[in-house]
Amino acid sequence: MNSRANEQPETLHSPLMTQPSMYQGFMATVKRDSLIAIRHRGEMANPLMFFLMVITMVPLGISPEAAVLASLAPGMIWVVALLATLLSLDGLFRGDFEDGALEQLLVSPQPLYFQVLAKVLVHWLTTGLPLTFMAPVLGVMLSLPEAGYWPLMASLFLGTACLSLIGAIGAALTVALRKGGLLLSLIIMPLYVPILIFGSSAVSSAIEGFPIVGQLAMLGAFLAAAVVLAPLAAAGALRIGVNG
Amino acid sequence: MSQTATTESTDSTVETPLLELRNLHCERDERMLFSGLNLSLRPGSIVQVEGPNGSGKTSLLRLLTTTSVDYQGEILWRGESLAQSRLDYLNHLLFVGHLPGVKKALTPRENLAWFSGLNSGHQRCSVEEALSEVGLFGFEDVSCYQLSAGQLRRVALARLFLTPAQVWVLDEPFTAIDKQGVANLERLMLEHAAGGGCVVLTTHQDLTMPQVQKLNLMDFRTRRVELGVEDGYEREGSLYE
Repeated sequence: MNSRANEQPETLHSPLMTQPSMYQGFMATVKRDSLIAIRHRGEMANPLMFFLMVITMVPLGISPEAAVLASLAPGMIWVVALLATLLSLDGLFRGDFEDGALEQLLVSPQPLYFQVLAKVLVHWLTTGLPLTFMAPVLGVMLSLPEAGYWPLMASLFLGTACLSLIGAIGAALTVALRKGGLLLSLIIMPLYVPILIFGSSAVSSAIEGFPIVGQLAMLGAFLAAAVVLAPLAAAGALRIGVNG
Repeated sequence: MSQTATTESTDSTVETPLLELRNLHCERDERMLFSGLNLSLRPGSIVQVEGPNGSGKTSLLRLLTTTSVDYQGEILWRGESLAQSRLDYLNHLLFVGHLPGVKKALTPRENLAWFSGLNSGHQRCSVEEALSEVGLFGFEDVSCYQLSAGQLRRVALARLFLTPAQVWVLDEPFTAIDKQGVANLERLMLEHAAGGGCVVLTTHQDLTMPQVQKLNLMDFRTRRVELGVEDGYEREGSLYE
């Protein structure tokens, strides 16, 4: 780089000779977003409360009979987990957009891809992962058969990560809109369908005694593709959004 | 900071402008903001972008911070096109927008730790020193929810002390800052310029610094008038004068 040759021989600017490290930038954002999530515990608990409340209502609204509930349980838990994730997505970039932190992210010498990935990681850690660990408890409430517990957790573990990643695209696209909630759902819902199908079918297959490797492999493949592609799309959408 | 010192530092590097705008033309929503804008920023220059509200000051700064690429013409960073040397440029850029970019849920210390993390910890001084420079000594670990608007802005401005970046782009840096704070900021900018950096800022305040180069965006709207196109901002501009 000939820019280095042009560098002024002054002490003030010498530290910038090295390019900033991506790992440090990634960890800085992970740390910051985790701190914000911890300070805003109430917001973090929102999707979890939604998950809990809807699942509690199901036996009251449909039937308290174990046989009926057991057949509904896999699909019910998956659908509500999906909606709970959707509920939490709107704020993924909104806060940063409104206070100017997103602009700072765009002008930082960091690849936006990894910064988006860091934000999505924290989002998953604060919604997807707790949902995964809550699911077995709610499974008990819906008298989910014993064979379904591990498949439920495994499929939610992979599936919610996909949901966070794909959801980031929608959140990024609607970041500059005042009321992006409905549009966000419309954009994201069709993309969520395959994950819902494979996720809930993994659980019901397991209950019926069939192998579930196929479904989990598909979810894993979705996740691999989403990790590579979703942050790219979200980063592009953020640039457009900030440009306004 | 004597003025001769700054002129010398400018003279020694005349051949390489840090940032050069050539024949820049920018439109927004089919409204022309400026056209034929030429500017070269050498080490030591301080440029104040002027113009009435809506004249495109922030749009120009967006171009300079690469958050918008909606322009015709050229922007060169050390003689290379900005599109090619973007990461290197961003590595040398500090931008303070009209939104402070400070997270209210975090303390000033945590906010600045994030900024310096994005720049891999390139720092001229510690976070504590930077905060006490902007008069927030003792507020390091107070939640930003409890700070006033001026104090929030000071948290954002503490990055000026923290960063070794060469190009400063500041959008309305003096908003909500008291008189003493403004004087300190001006002194800081002079020091930065004398150290080989350059500053582009927008403000409606009159600066007391002697070497400020003024750039009035209304001067670069002329072509629209020649074409005889109706332009509401043109009228507003004459009213302003």
